[in-house]
Amino acid sequence: MDIAFIIEKLILISAILAISLVIAMYTTLAERKFAGFFQDRVGPNRAGPWGLLQPLADGVKLFTKEEIIPTHAGTFLFVLGPSLSMFTACITTAVIPWGQDLFLFGRNISLQVADINVGVLYVFGVVSLGVYGVMIGGWASNNKFSLLAAVRSASQNISYEIAMGLSIIALLMMTGTLSLREISEQQSGMNWNIFYQPLGFLIFMICSFAETNRTPFDLPECETELVGGHHTEYSSMKLGFYLFAEYINMFVSSAIMASLYFGGYNYPGMHLISNPNVAALIGVAAFFTKILLFIFFFIWVRWTVPRFRYDQLMKLGWKVLIPLAIINIALTGAGILFFGK
Amino acid sequence: MSHSLFYLLSFITLFFALLVVFAKNPIHSALYMVMTFFAITCQYLILNAQFLAIVNFIVYMGAIMVLILFSIMFLNLNQDTEPQKSSLLKFAGVISAGLLMLTLVGAIVKTGGGDVPFELVNSNIGLVKNLGKVLFNEFLLPFEIASVLLLSAMVGAVLLAKKDIN
Repeated sequence: MDIAFIIEKLILISAILAISLVIAMYTTLAERKFAGFFQDRVGPNRAGPWGLLQPLADGVKLFTKEEIIPTHAGTFLFVLGPSLSMFTACITTAVIPWGQDLFLFGRNISLQVADINVGVLYVFGVVSLGVYGVMIGGWASNNKFSLLAAVRSASQNISYEIAMGLSIIALLMMTGTLSLREISEQQSGMNWNIFYQPLGFLIFMICSFAETNRTPFDLPECETELVGGHHTEYSSMKLGFYLFAEYINMFVSSAIMASLYFGGYNYPGMHLISNPNVAALIGVAAFFTKILLFIFFFIWVRWTVPRFRYDQLMKLGWKVLIPLAIINIALTGAGILFFGK
Repeated sequence: MSHSLFYLLSFITLFFALLVVFAKNPIHSALYMVMTFFAITCQYLILNAQFLAIVNFIVYMGAIMVLILFSIMFLNLNQDTEPQKSSLLKFAGVISAGLLMLTLVGAIVKTGGGDVPFELVNSNIGLVKNLGKVLFNEFLLPFEIASVLLLSAMVGAVLLAKKDIN
């Protein structure tokens, strides 16, 4: 472990954190702009040219609002809830391969913070940890509606984690590895997993909508039934953390979908570029393009589809997605047996 | 390095395990238990058992503890509604826990566990590939039986939870 390695990793981690925060920040603006477009309005356009400074204005507003901690609420847990949500949203990016290796200053610099060989499972672990932020916050608020919302949200997340895990088993049967880097490498050229696993991708995508609490699965924050949701009692930046974590989660799950099913940093004609650094940088740009397209898709769905009822949500998760995922596993197994991949 | 890490992690594990027992509030107890499981996950990591670590993380911290937290939140436990155990029951509890500890200590002494922390013979056994090969070759039958057992437990739980069988 030399100093250069530590510095390299520190720079990479800071850059990834900054990029994910900035993208999440501007996703909030994009969401409101697209909402305006879909509803034939202008959207926010007061702060800066075309409303580009709107996220900053929102941030300043949230930071300067009065902070209220309800009496009879456990103060430590009350603060821990949103912090945990934000923390789990940020740490998933550690295993995502952002691009091929760069060669700089005579060193081989990997554009991935940690290439652990259980990368996919690490993502699942962090996703399952994300439930705690909501549950702790909802319970510590000392409010019946918050608690109900927290419980509802936790059961939603647990239910969809199962289908998500099953959908990814079919993919892992094909790739034969749990490392996100190797999965990305296997998809070089146009050998993307989406062509072999369309059903698996569909299930995975629906589940990631549910895990990030996006419409049509945004039941954790249902104003008509629950006042606000698990964050009813929260104010100022603690509320901001809950809302912001959702956007970071969107970014992260877009990145995971892109690297698992849509070739990650691979793009057609990659081997034609002789300079490895240029090829790698174009790869990073291609990866971010894919991520932004997925984020657009998240926004598009939100302003097109209405919210599910709670029983419909549970029915979809347990009676449709899980059997479909199991069928997909069987089909994949048969495919591997007869065609050898 | 790894020895001192082991002792640090053991201290954290035992510290939070004690807090689980001594915490007054059941929700706090459950959260301390999450921390205990996290420390155990780190123990697996220093044994180079990445798969076990991450499975412990997902299953115990991510699923089982969430369900426990879930049910505690619904129970609305507080001082007034908490059932008070008689001193006879408490006495029996202490004795049975003491016996369990005696058995465990005896087992550790029997295996020759001395001052050296346990080390694996094959340090790569915890990686996914090796573990999978062992599970699906040598231990295939126990593995399958365990999964059937879990399945039947699940079916039984659903049957018990259902009010009208018709």
